[in-house]
Amino acid sequence: MEKERAIITVNGVDHPGIIATITNVLADMDINIEDLSQTVLQDLFTMIMIVDLKGADIIELQDKLSKTGAKQGVRITVQHENIFKYMHRV
Amino acid sequence: MLFSTEEILETIRMIAVEHLDIRTVTLGINLQGCASDDVDVVSQRIYDKIVTTSERLVQEADSVESKYGLPIVNKRVAVTPIAKLLDAVVAGMSEEDAICAGVKIAKSMDSAAKFVDIDFIGGYSALVHKGFTRGSTALINSIPKALTETDTVCSSVNVASTKSGINMDAVIEMGKVIKIASKKPINCAKLVTFANAPPDNPFMAGAFHGSGEPEAVINVGISGPGVIRAVVEQVENVDLGTLAENIKRTSFKIARVGELVGREMAARLGVKFGIIDLSLAPAPIKGDSVANILEAMGLERCGTHGSTAALALLTDAVKKGGAMASSYVGGLSGAFIPVSEDAGMAEAVEKGAINLEKLEAMTSVCSVGLDMVVVPKDTTAETISAIIADECAIGVVNNKTTGVRIIPTGKEGDYVEFGGLLGRSPVLSVGKFCSANFVRRGGRIPAPIQSLTG
Repeated sequence: MEKERAIITVNGVDHPGIIATITNVLADMDINIEDLSQTVLQDLFTMIMIVDLKGADIIELQDKLSKTGAKQGVRITVQHENIFKYMHRV
Repeated sequence: MLFSTEEILETIRMIAVEHLDIRTVTLGINLQGCASDDVDVVSQRIYDKIVTTSERLVQEADSVESKYGLPIVNKRVAVTPIAKLLDAVVAGMSEEDAICAGVKIAKSMDSAAKFVDIDFIGGYSALVHKGFTRGSTALINSIPKALTETDTVCSSVNVASTKSGINMDAVIEMGKVIKIASKKPINCAKLVTFANAPPDNPFMAGAFHGSGEPEAVINVGISGPGVIRAVVEQVENVDLGTLAENIKRTSFKIARVGELVGREMAARLGVKFGIIDLSLAPAPIKGDSVANILEAMGLERCGTHGSTAALALLTDAVKKGGAMASSYVGGLSGAFIPVSEDAGMAEAVEKGAINLEKLEAMTSVCSVGLDMVVVPKDTTAETISAIIADECAIGVVNNKTTGVRIIPTGKEGDYVEFGGLLGRSPVLSVGKFCSANFVRRGGRIPAPIQSLTG
């Protein structure tokens, strides 16, 4: 089966524990992080993760992460990689 | 990284800030198998066919929307022009009974649409560019009642084509139908009179499932005026050739998203993927406006001199970018300049920057014609017919689709509210001189010659 990836973007006000809580959700769902970039600019936390869904349901992941995002006070977007592939790769 | 941070953030910005969305996923359904000479049988078969074919449409579209984090604003159904099914039904019926038969079918479409939870269903339509059949006459006569007694049904009538000319008898009828229908103004927002109507248009009110289409098909209408405007604003000091290049690149990205959604929706529903309609469809919210794109190009107000040229550049660049993005482009594919549905257009009318005549000129370089144009309530049926005839002439001679969606209500200076995506608009003024004697001649304006040589 072809690998299915999702792109997770997180932004909000920086504070300890954002990455930890998100990666916990991913570990619980057996989702592997393939790439991660994170910056803090003027207290604004931005993180982009590329994850291998390994058969996990993207809608379920969205539900779980939106709850995490609400608790952490950050905005989390989960999108299937194809929208980026279609838009940015010919 | 698989994608650069800039690429990922660009996509997210397009959706979150610039209102990039899929304007409509429209499921075309063939109803020809529902034919019978008994109106009750036809109505039941139509209801069953629509419900069974489209029952998963909304659910699957919602799931695709979540998967990509991309709004799919409308989910809709387009069916075989109902006039085809009315032919057998109305044989031997009185005019009154024939109208009732049409309305009965419209109500059954309406019930099915509500059951599957879509906002509009298109295809209460007739193709009469060369002449009328019994069914098409009955359908046209029944349009005001059918629209009044339903909520979701959209109607369209094709009165002209490049190959057959303009059926002025039909143009006369449509002037009358629009006048009668306008007793409830919203009816006219659900009624389009076409020249060269495309068989695979996903946009309402003019969507129907035309000849040559498969049993069921997914057609996608993209959006994105906000995204294009942002690009035009970013490159403010470049020449127009460079500007066109930038619009093309962005249009490619927008159309790719349509292609992705179209293919996935078709696969999920187990039907054919039809086309992407590359039209830039505005919405009556700030920034999602085609008029604002022209203004970002350097015009003080949309409608001023230069607007036709700017719109021609925009439409062409959008098509060129989109053509690279999808193998199957169809529908209307241009830039929509509806007045009420585009806040920037409505504002241009209010400021006196644009009038009906300039709108007509602009429709010669884009789609879909005079769209959501409000004219005074006392505009005569003949004047409406003459406006339709002019628009048809532009379509027929230039070998393109043009349509008229005109709403006679209120008086000059009034503001008319339609609500939701239909927006609001000032009432435009119409010419003061009479066209009735020309229009009343009727008959068919012959098809234009395509080439004198070769």
